[in-house]
Order: sequence, then structure tokens, then C-alpha cells
Amino acid sequence: MATDFWTWTAAILTLAILSFLYDDNAFYRTAEHLFIGVANGYSIVLSWYNVVIPHMIDPLVGAFRTTREQGFTTAFFTFDELNVLNPYNDNNFFIIIPMMVGSLYITRFIPKISWMIRIPIGITMGYYTAIAIPASFKASIVRQLEASILTRADFSSWSVLIYGLFIFVTTVATLVYFFFSAEHKGFLRPVSNIGILAVMVGFGASFGLTVMARISLAIGRFVFIFKDWLGIVH
Amino acid sequence: MKYCFLIFILAAVPVFAVQELPEDQMFPDTNAGVHDDTGMEPFVNETEVFVEMSEDALSATETEPVADSKLMPPQNVTAFDVPHDDGEAIMVVWEPPPEKTPTRYLLEISGPDGLWHEVTETVMTQYRVSQLTNRVLYRFRVSAIYPEGVARSEPTDPVAPLDHWLKLGEVPVLIAIMIFVFFLLWFIQAARRGVELFVRRISGLTAVEDAIGRATEMGKPVLYVPGLSGIEDVGTLAALNILGEVARRTVHYDVKIICPNRDPIVYTIAREIVKETYASEGRPDAYDPDSVFYLVPDQFAFAAGVDGIMVREKPATIFLLGYFWAESLIMAETGASTGAVQIAGTDSVAQLPFFITACDYTLIGEELYAASAYLSREPMLLGTLKAQDYGKLSFLLAMVILTLLAVLFGIDTVGWVEVR
Repeated sequence: MATDFWTWTAAILTLAILSFLYDDNAFYRTAEHLFIGVANGYSIVLSWYNVVIPHMIDPLVGAFRTTREQGFTTAFFTFDELNVLNPYNDNNFFIIIPMMVGSLYITRFIPKISWMIRIPIGITMGYYTAIAIPASFKASIVRQLEASILTRADFSSWSVLIYGLFIFVTTVATLVYFFFSAEHKGFLRPVSNIGILAVMVGFGASFGLTVMARISLAIGRFVFIFKDWLGIVH
Repeated sequence: MKYCFLIFILAAVPVFAVQELPEDQMFPDTNAGVHDDTGMEPFVNETEVFVEMSEDALSATETEPVADSKLMPPQNVTAFDVPHDDGEAIMVVWEPPPEKTPTRYLLEISGPDGLWHEVTETVMTQYRVSQLTNRVLYRFRVSAIYPEGVARSEPTDPVAPLDHWLKLGEVPVLIAIMIFVFFLLWFIQAARRGVELFVRRISGLTAVEDAIGRATEMGKPVLYVPGLSGIEDVGTLAALNILGEVARRTVHYDVKIICPNRDPIVYTIAREIVKETYASEGRPDAYDPDSVFYLVPDQFAFAAGVDGIMVREKPATIFLLGYFWAESLIMAETGASTGAVQIAGTDSVAQLPFFITACDYTLIGEELYAASAYLSREPMLLGTLKAQDYGKLSFLLAMVILTLLAVLFGIDTVGWVEVR
């Protein structure tokens, strides 16, 4: 049996979490709250040291310190050697702009100006929507189209042809299933049925694969309990 | 139209413009040699470039192959910036030695530190070196490896990976987006003109009304989890749209809504959506500021917290909508064990099977995107749903037509839509 304090701690917390399989209980609640508290505390420290200090405080403090020592120059609005704006320079006043926009999130605590929170939200949503749309088109539509087109190379052998045809037919049928502008009646009914069947076969395969991965995770946990903690298994 | 053309031309200019680097950034002319530290200084910045290189390069060590002057090195070794990309790759090409074929080639790179590092060993005569630092100069050399020894080429001229304004390799994506935007504008105009836009019944979404009604009858809350991903995910955006519609119904039925969040930005937006919905429905007094809250950023701590809420609050209805990872089954199974009606929806293909097995209704991918339009029945949103549909129809037609052209006439239609 292990003598290390942290192995004991990890083992007891593992058992406390697993006790949820029976029912909600005091042990589970303790482990749950500890887990949430530690994770939150850890993320705050991580954000402070990995985001706030290097990307906000350091560049700004550096810029102010250099200004005090050397006076203000346009060099603080830094451009690299190819005249490209460099927002990550060590001494940088540009950081004030995103800092001010980000700070507007805090206005939610001041009811009179809480409407200002919409400014960073709008910027964030607009920015990320603009990123998400082309990425989704690229990954989910154009690449799928590229992979689904049959060519003469697909007729090189029976196995290749069957594989290619399967991809082609199931893609068409699945698209028909997700077509919301028409009722699934007449010709569309059998086609959409093939579509949902293909989707479910895919999900079944994915389910089996993922369950295997989860079982290996569970085995890992039991190995920890029986080998590292109890020392029963070698 | 002419403005679009003008914008296109302006965007294309940098692509075709010859991009030269200033003189002072060029390498001094050096003789190649093993560990030939030519005193090259960092040219643009002092970034640890080799940390950012490909996996091949990550495993690289400084190499010192034994050169043999009798053996022929690779010929015409040239390196050039990969055109129309985001400035992180250089292509190196060379010709085999004229007399004897080597067993393989060793490609090496020299960056700001001036040392030579192995990139890869290959039997090909070209290699795309990726994950380089934009606008930093690199040189390359290729060694032909024979059983008898190694023959090394002269280093290439220095070359820097440059970013371009227009990635020509992604024009198919631009065309796809333009087609979608065309349908979008068309159907929004149609909706504004009052044209009736038909959408077939989607059972998972029809159940939303019943599920919230059930919560009303039981006097229990509704739990809404808008996924675990950030705002950059399309699934999260869809989940936030649906949250507004669900909140609208909870106002009507006077049901409590509980909305735990994992992402701080998603939390802020979700909070604003619910608050706004209560205000727009004339019940700002009924809004509980604690109903939408930030739980924890850690994935499984979040799952543990949501499980705790499920067993203690015993919500009558649980919505799991958005993007999920491995925690999906943990939450869905716990929800099922409490007897709640569960409506799940995600565009994460790996998690959909778990929701299908553990939840009462599951919105699969596209249905999640369609949900907010379907629930609200607002003409503008229905216009977007129709555009989505006709976008899919265009995709289907394109697939059939391009296949026919490729099979019947042998045209390389795959190349037309290939994204590089």
C-alpha cells in the first residue's frame, strides 16, 4: 500500500467521485466542491500569470517606464522592420485599446452604465463569427465536396468503386434528410431514410470507438487504485 | 458590382506583387560547411524559430554528416515562399544527382541562429517546410545520402515565408460563401415581402414547447447548458440563439431557468440574452440575476458541478445544446437518471451518439443550426434557414454535376474545388 500523502488524497477523492454511482452523498459533494474550487483558483492564477501580466501589464509598464527615462517617441507604436504593426512588442501603448474595451465587461456591476457591456460582446461575437464562418465552410462544405466527387480513378477496381459510390450516395441521402424546406414524402422519403440510416451507422461506429476509449480511461483509474494505492496488482 | 471588382483587384495586387525584403535583412554570402556558424544575426526578430517548426524539425538536432567529395550532390536546390498562404511555409525543390541515385536525401535548415538543423530525411525531390516564422529568413541545403557517404549541396539563397492578402487556394471557400450570402439576401428579401416560407416539422424542436410545459406543471426548473466551447464555435452561437427562445417560453410559463456556463465570454452573452428576453417580454422583475452563472473552466469539474445541480435541483427539463466533449455522456446519463426530459443537440459528431442513446430528443448538427429560426418563426430568421437549405441544395447539385463532368469527360473537377 502506498505511503505517499498525495496518492492517498487522489485515491480518496477518486472513491468520493465514484460514490456518485450509488447516489448523491456528502463525500461526492465534498469532492465536487473541492474540484470546482481548485479548478477555478487554478484558472485565475493561470490567467493572471499567462495572460494579464505578459500581455497587458508588462508591455504597458515597460512603455511608461521607457517614456519616463527616454521621453515619448512614436517608437512605442511599434512597427517591425517590414513596417508591419507589431502589437506584441515589449513596450507598447497600443495595448491600452484592447484593455479599455475588455474593461467594459466590468460595467455590468454598475447599473447606470451596464449597457456598455454590449460593446465588447458585439466585438467578440462579430470577430468570432467572422472566424467561424469561413472555417466552417472550408471544413464542412468545400472539403466534403472535394472528397465526395467521383472521378474516373474511382472506377479502377470494384472495391474502390463501391467505396466511392457508398460515399456519394450516403452524402446525397444525408443532405436530403437535412433538407427542411420540403416534407419527406414521395421520392424524398426513401432517400431521406437512407440518409438517416447512414448517419446512425456512422454514430454506431463512433459510439463503439469512443466507448472503448472511455473504458481504457476507467481501467487507468482502477489501475491507480489497485496498483499505485493499494498495491494489490503488480 | 464594379466596387466588388475593384475590391477584388485591390486584394489581389499584393499576391502578384513581387515581395522583396530590404537589403539589410539579407544574409551575408557564406560558404557552406558543417556547423558553419557564419555569424548570421537574427534578422527580423529573435524568436526561437525552431520551437515553432514542424514536428520533423522539432526532433531535429544539429547534424554533421560526413561529406564525400567524389559523390554528386543534389542539383539545382532552390527554395521559395509558398505562394498565396499565410506566410508560414517554404517549398524546397531539387533535382537528383545525374549519375547515381542516392538512397535518400537529408534536408537541413538554417535560421536566425546560424546553425544547420535537420528538417527531414526523404526520398522525394521536394519538401514543404511548414510552421516557420513569418518574415524570417532561412536557408536550406540538401544532402544526397549514398551507402558510401554523403554529398551536400550549396546552401540556397535566403528566403522568407511571406503572408499574402488573398489566399488563392481558398477561392472555392469564397465562392461557397458568396453563394450562401446570395441565398441569404434573397430569402430575407422574400420574407420582408411577406412570402410564406415553409419549413417541415422537426420533432426535436416541436418537443421544446411540451418540455417547458412539463416543467410548468411540475413546478420545477429548466436547466440549460449552452455547451462547453467558446464563442468561436458555431454550435455555441446556435445554442445562444436557442437560449433566447427557451428563455422567452420560460417567461411565458413563469418557470425558473438555470444556466451554468464554462466559458466567461459565453457566460456574459448568455446572461445578457436572458436578461434582455425577460425585459422584452415585459417581465424584467421576474429576471433572477443568479439564474445564469459562471461555474468553472475545467471540463470535468464543470461536468461534476452540472451533475450536482441535476440531482439537487431536479429540473423537469434539461437542454444540452452546443458543443460538447467527453463530458456529454456523464451529464446526459445523470440527467436521464433524474427522470428529466432531455433535449440535446450538438454538431460534435463524436458526442452525438451519446446524446442519442441517453436523451429523449436529439438535434443532429444542422437541426441545431435551424432551431432558433424554427422556434421563433420570425420571417428574418426563417430566411436564413431557407438560405441554409438552398445552400445545401447547391452543394448537392455541384456534387452531381462535378461528378458527371469528371466521369464522362475526364475533367479534373476535384482540382476546381480543392482548398490549398
